[in-house]
Amino acid sequence: MDIKTNKIVRLTLSYAVIAFMFVIILYPILWVFGASITPGSSMGSFSLLPEKTTWGHYAHIFNMEESNYLLWYWNTLKVCFITMAASVLVVSLMAYAFSRYRFWGRKNGLVVFLILQMIPNFAALIAIFVLARVTGLVDTHLGLILIYVGGAIPMNTWLMKGYLDSIPRELDESARMDGAGHLRIFWQIIMPLAKPMVAVVSVFTFIIPFTDFILAKVLLRTPEQYTLAVGLYQLIARDFGSEYTTFAAGSILIAIPIAILFLSFQKYFVSGLTAGGTKG
Amino acid sequence: MKLEYEENKQTNTGYQSNHRKIAMFLSLIPGLGQMYNRQFIKGIGFLILAASFLIVFWDFLDIGIWGLVTLGTTLPRDNSIFLLVNGIISILLLFFAAIFVFIVLRDAYKNGQKRDLGHRLNSMREQYRNLIDNGFPYLILSPGFFLLVFVVITPIIFVFTIAFTNYDLFHQWPASLMDWVGFENFQKLFTLEMWRSTFFNVFAWTLVWTFGATTCQIALGVFLAVIVNQKELKGKAIIRTVFILPWAVPAFVSILIFSGMFNQDFGSINEILASTIGVEIPWMTEPFWSRLALIMIQTWLGFPFIFVMVTGVLQAIPEELYEAAVVDGASALQKFRNITFPLIMFSIAPILITQYTFNFNNFNVIFLFNGGGPPVSGQKAGGTDILISWIYNLTMTSQQYGIAAAITLIMSAFVIAVAVWQFRRTKSFQEEDMM
Repeated sequence: MDIKTNKIVRLTLSYAVIAFMFVIILYPILWVFGASITPGSSMGSFSLLPEKTTWGHYAHIFNMEESNYLLWYWNTLKVCFITMAASVLVVSLMAYAFSRYRFWGRKNGLVVFLILQMIPNFAALIAIFVLARVTGLVDTHLGLILIYVGGAIPMNTWLMKGYLDSIPRELDESARMDGAGHLRIFWQIIMPLAKPMVAVVSVFTFIIPFTDFILAKVLLRTPEQYTLAVGLYQLIARDFGSEYTTFAAGSILIAIPIAILFLSFQKYFVSGLTAGGTKG
Repeated sequence: MKLEYEENKQTNTGYQSNHRKIAMFLSLIPGLGQMYNRQFIKGIGFLILAASFLIVFWDFLDIGIWGLVTLGTTLPRDNSIFLLVNGIISILLLFFAAIFVFIVLRDAYKNGQKRDLGHRLNSMREQYRNLIDNGFPYLILSPGFFLLVFVVITPIIFVFTIAFTNYDLFHQWPASLMDWVGFENFQKLFTLEMWRSTFFNVFAWTLVWTFGATTCQIALGVFLAVIVNQKELKGKAIIRTVFILPWAVPAFVSILIFSGMFNQDFGSINEILASTIGVEIPWMTEPFWSRLALIMIQTWLGFPFIFVMVTGVLQAIPEELYEAAVVDGASALQKFRNITFPLIMFSIAPILITQYTFNFNNFNVIFLFNGGGPPVSGQKAGGTDILISWIYNLTMTSQQYGIAAAITLIMSAFVIAVAVWQFRRTKSFQEEDMM
């Protein structure tokens, strides 16, 4: 077999594999879209292109009197943004301290962080549940946010510290010569240079509460407090399938904006991730 | 700081008095040593801090320690679980107090030493500057540190203690107190037949699941990245965008969609299978098929991450390497085995480990697919339950907190042991000069 036929065979096979993957990736998304425009809440079968279509399910979930969906969306965004802002602030400060200062307890602190990041914070599920009951934080968003921020600290501090280590120290030293204080160096020299990693940490800490199910399920009790993950699950879990079309509409409205956001930021934070990730 | 210390060492023999020892001894009551060193303002500050700590927390500490030891004696006054929480917080407070005392003692000793050597002590202003400079890292660490202590470390200690109590549905306030039971929960897990077989079945499936699902997603991710990265291939941008989609859509949404697609009443998978090859598969009711479905779903969910990482690595491999290989007469397979694969593994090894630990604890996919089911007769867990989802069920449904905590302990010890062992082997950890 000469090189040319070899190449043609190779490329054809590659395109075949890629086409197959396209079907596997896109089919579920199209299927759920089909379900979301199927009339009724039928337990019957859905097809990609139902004969009769309706936008009624979308109208239903946008009606605040009939469904809590918009409330869940709002709750989720609120929890996500507060978690993100708080985590980025706390993590940056900690990483700056670990990267630029030599102090008693630094090395042990880093090792503890390394071990803590291996235990997911929901491993202590029982304790979180009981502690939340004791402190009255059950069914509040505050409790949830505190746990998310605390849980995000170890791993993200390592990521951020790895990145800050790569910023030359001469920069802060010359700023110090010019009379800049500790916080000023942090805020005006280090943070602008660390923007790519700030973006990574922001995305990570935004995604955690958005996709988390277990902690929200344990802590949140009333439907008005649910986040999207818990709310959508309850839609399905409550006599299975009978509200699947509503769920389908709801999931389309989450998947599309998030996927667009993700794809547009993807390049930015993947480069930051590989820079910090292979290091830390 | 260091230079100064060295200097002190050299003149070690030249102590002219014993102020350092006296000051340190006096500082057992915080502040007295500082006053002895004639640093009155600092001394008074320490003294006030220590006194207010004792005044504010004395009762709390007293009850806390008593509660931790006894877990309550009379009903309905004592709620064991509250006492346990208070006890743990007391221990943490005492720990902070111990650090404070240590700092005070050290300060008194250092300044006493300076006096012994006939050095001048720092003035108030210098002390203030010192405090700002040396204290700055602690200052900016403190918010994160306190959060970490109260929402991450306290729960971990708490689980650790619950594992040694009989806390469950029947030992709850106000009906009953709970007690320390030593290793009884662990004993139960390993000796009672029902618990033992469940534990080992779940553990075995957790391992199979972790290795199966993670290896599949890594293999698929690497494979597709290599294919898409071929020079002659057209339409790379659109292909890459589509391949990232499963990562871009929130996982809980995709999993719930899949649980609908695999549903035996209205799901489309069985419809397609029935119309093409004429079989219907019990995805939701047979453990074997549920497990297979889960591994396939996780592969779908997880490969894009690996795909993106590996694509990044591939694009960074210099073209000359391959050209040289071609000159030497290497086949495509040889190029992959000897150039591409080692380079990929070298740069993404740490990420791969986190993928394995992630799946070990991947509660979402197991629980959202069909709640860890189907039920298995003669076993306390469902057919697809991994350790973390089993713990969830023991906690939230059957309220067997003690035994759930014991399983958590075993599981965490296992994860940490494996992860530490792996991290030590990877190069990036050893090269961590910044440690």
